[in-house]
Amino acid sequence: MTLRTALFLAITVLANSGGEIAVTRAMKDIGEIEDFKPAALLPVFKRAFRSGWMGLAVGLLAVGFFSLLALLSWADVSFVIPATASTYVVGGLGAKYLLGERLSPARWAGIVLVSVGVALVCAGY
Amino acid sequence: MDFNLRLKTYIFLVLIVLLSSSGNIFLSQGMKQIGAVRVGSAMDLVRLFVRVFSNGWIWMGIAALLLFLGCFMVVLSWADYSYVSPASASVYIVVPLVGHFLLGEKVPPLHWVGIMIICVGVGLVRHTAPSTTREE
Repeated sequence: MTLRTALFLAITVLANSGGEIAVTRAMKDIGEIEDFKPAALLPVFKRAFRSGWMGLAVGLLAVGFFSLLALLSWADVSFVIPATASTYVVGGLGAKYLLGERLSPARWAGIVLVSVGVALVCAGY
Repeated sequence: MDFNLRLKTYIFLVLIVLLSSSGNIFLSQGMKQIGAVRVGSAMDLVRLFVRVFSNGWIWMGIAALLLFLGCFMVVLSWADYSYVSPASASVYIVVPLVGHFLLGEKVPPLHWVGIMIICVGVGLVRHTAPSTTREE
């Protein structure tokens, strides 16, 4: 893995984790959605996109998106997508410390296994 | 355990995996057509922007990822981020399979072992409660 690939992977992972955590904050503020009809969902999305958390999320996810686009222009999709799975570990920490979620030992074990899988995937290159 | 909560969470997870996988594969196809990104000046950046956003694969990828974002937002209105994010990792099965069988990319044996371990991790997460912050 080249330095350029490692740098773009780090940007992609941090931006995507931060963006998704901000999306979660925005949606938790809105509350549980129970009506899935498009006419009912549109006002919910409208409300969500007016929140500051969603603004931050869109900014971070845009950075992650363009970083991913650049990565995909020179690296194989079967390497890039599994390697960005380290987002789960960063996301797990963010969920615990920023969102107040209670992560059980089983959930942590799952996240750790996912990260081990990612390390093996990366070791193949 | 709330059966309805699990059922609707699983349905949205399947949609998330399908839309995310297809979105990334479409983007990859588009960027492979465009070629390696080299930005030396502002004009290079403008040219790259025009090439990226005039590519059909890129637009299909963006459409799939926007739908993915919608499903992701809906499920996060009730489920934990630390549940949804790893539980949707089945994308790591779908994308390499498509990369290998449809796009002709090489997937080394160690990569497959890693993917299987990721699957075990996903299985563990899916057996936990989808929400630890939801008020009954």
